[in-house]
Amino acid sequence: MTAPPDRSPDWPQVALHVVTGKGGTGKSTVAAALALALATTGKNVLLCEVEGRQGIAKMFDVDPLPYEERRIAKGAPDEQGRSGQVNALHIDPESALLEYLAMYYKLGRAGKALDRFGVIDFATTVAPGVRDVLLTGKVYEAVNRPRGGRKGNQVVYDAVVLDAPPTGRIGQFLGVNSELAGLAKVGPVRNQADSIMSLLRSPRTAVHLVTILEEMPVQETSDGIAELRAAGLPVGGIVVNLVRPQALSTSALAMVRDDEVAPASITSDLKRAKVDVDAALVASLVDEGRDHAVRRQLEDEQRALVAAEGVPTYELPRLSGGIDRGALLELAQLLRHQGFG
Amino acid sequence: MRPPVLDIDALLDDPGTGIIVCCGSGGVGKTTTSAALALRAAERGRKVVVLTIDPARRLAQAMGIEALDNTPRPVTGIRPMVEEGAQRLSGDQGSLDAMMLDMKRTFDEVVESGASPEKAKQILENPFYIALSSSFAGTQEYMAMEKLGQLHRDAARDGTYDLIVVDTPPSRSALDFLDAPERLAGFLDGRLIKLLLAPARGPARLMTAGFSLITGALTKVLGGQMLRDVQTFVTALDTLFGGFRQRAEKTFALLQADGTAFVVVAAPEPDALREAAYFVDRLTDDDMPLAGLVVNRASPSARTDLSAEEAIAAADRLRAMDSSSLTAGLLQLHADRVRIIEREQRLRDRFAASHPHVPTAVVPAMASDVHDLDGLREVGVRLADQG
Repeated sequence: MTAPPDRSPDWPQVALHVVTGKGGTGKSTVAAALALALATTGKNVLLCEVEGRQGIAKMFDVDPLPYEERRIAKGAPDEQGRSGQVNALHIDPESALLEYLAMYYKLGRAGKALDRFGVIDFATTVAPGVRDVLLTGKVYEAVNRPRGGRKGNQVVYDAVVLDAPPTGRIGQFLGVNSELAGLAKVGPVRNQADSIMSLLRSPRTAVHLVTILEEMPVQETSDGIAELRAAGLPVGGIVVNLVRPQALSTSALAMVRDDEVAPASITSDLKRAKVDVDAALVASLVDEGRDHAVRRQLEDEQRALVAAEGVPTYELPRLSGGIDRGALLELAQLLRHQGFG
Repeated sequence: MRPPVLDIDALLDDPGTGIIVCCGSGGVGKTTTSAALALRAAERGRKVVVLTIDPARRLAQAMGIEALDNTPRPVTGIRPMVEEGAQRLSGDQGSLDAMMLDMKRTFDEVVESGASPEKAKQILENPFYIALSSSFAGTQEYMAMEKLGQLHRDAARDGTYDLIVVDTPPSRSALDFLDAPERLAGFLDGRLIKLLLAPARGPARLMTAGFSLITGALTKVLGGQMLRDVQTFVTALDTLFGGFRQRAEKTFALLQADGTAFVVVAAPEPDALREAAYFVDRLTDDDMPLAGLVVNRASPSARTDLSAEEAIAAADRLRAMDSSSLTAGLLQLHADRVRIIEREQRLRDRFAASHPHVPTAVVPAMASDVHDLDGLREVGVRLADQG
């Protein structure tokens, strides 16, 4: 099968793709697939995680990531077989704080004293909210790297994909700098917080929401979109993940659901296919088919609600074999063919 | 190898079980599990209160707790079980109250009960306090434990409840509350707090060389105004810290005691089970009483033993004759279902191999979301029925 030509990309202006979603929807998988989809010919993409789970390392089957940008995969190849590069970064608050202090302040001996006094530990563990400030700060740095900047060895990225906290917490996470700006009326912290907020609220950022076609996640997606809009944060697309296989046509689904399938015809089909058949097997297959058809109907109801949000949507199948490198590339191709890029 | 079975009814019926804490990563059905456990316990004769963090709207409505007022409210529609064994605890009928955690309200109450009215007013109006209590990550975990401690004290005093079921915030940091007492102690005994309190306490003898070095650095990074605001805030809170720490230590001891049972909730997915393993290890390290693992959302079992490979081969043969064959579609769906079941089984086996002594209950997925008491009751039946 030849791949259909890629649609023109939906997000050419976006430098920062934030990926959120309810727990259990496969948010991290989708973030990784988006990064692979964005890494077209000659492009460099950074995939960041901030929740300390080493999910990227596990998905790509590599050693746990340090606080350092690592080459992790080639992007999904285009028709000519060419692709770009995906790097990954595991951001932990403590390293981000130390790096931030070293980068912007020449503290010298005082820097060490901060650590001895427990300031670093306090800031990254006890003080609520500070973690989020540090995590978003590092992402901001990676997005805003000047081409040919101070450090020659630093990669400049065409896009950064952030595997962000779940939908229930995303407004708080992305809004933490505006809280901070309210506390620091002047000074360096205020300036940094303002710069981060203006990036996050600009068209250079898109917050994508991952959902599955079930009631609670779809409701949460809708609530999340409303919250993001109210906070002035740019809503991107909705990625519908883990979609059930489309093995039956619409008419077949209706027949199965309404018990209009003749067991005799299934029996004769199975015989033709050289399956050792009895009535129990036929009844089981029809029962399983009915379970499936009922769930597909529920999915369709939720799909209509997703469409009503009026933002670009993408669908990814549930892969029965689970997620590995190959599966991620497959998902990335599917995203690109649906116009993600 | 099969792990031991988690006997939910034995856990709920044991009068020694006073607190059940449900923890696990987000999206695994933790809130639903907490509510289902609480309902089942109540219908088996216990006097239960369930503390939820962020229930789905319709579930909250069904339980009558959509108004967020930080007070337990009775749930109507409890149907005492008549089966053998239930209600053997007492002649009394069970009851169920439910509440949703209001993080800010809980924090405000801590301030109001711990400080003089003028001081409390000063704190409640402080911009740092407002940000801290309403919008910062991490506060929820502390407040959930604060509320648990409160409920437990009230229940012990008034005999209102004999079982408290707690849902925990949906993040890895859900277990951060285990560290809270130690962290607070480290902070309060540390030098940073002395530095922050120095201006209020005045004596210049505190201003050693190290102190001025730090103050200089902090001023440079935070700016003078912000550092002063932080100092004002910490000074205002100073009187509360002791009480807060004391209660955190008490809650920690309470969680470690025999009357508590931790239930780790997961789904048969690699991420959720990995998180569950992390929770189990963490609880074990801290000597916390682990009751077992609940694996939610398990795929329904296949109804025939036709293998995935046979089904796919047969589907291919049929499609070669008729590309729109319905039977081929059914075979393909069966193969997909079998593969998913096999994968889930492998993941569970892997967990069991590394944690062989953790009692486990597997709960098949419901066809649709749970948003009423009947749904919760059905989850309860599935939790208890481990065939």
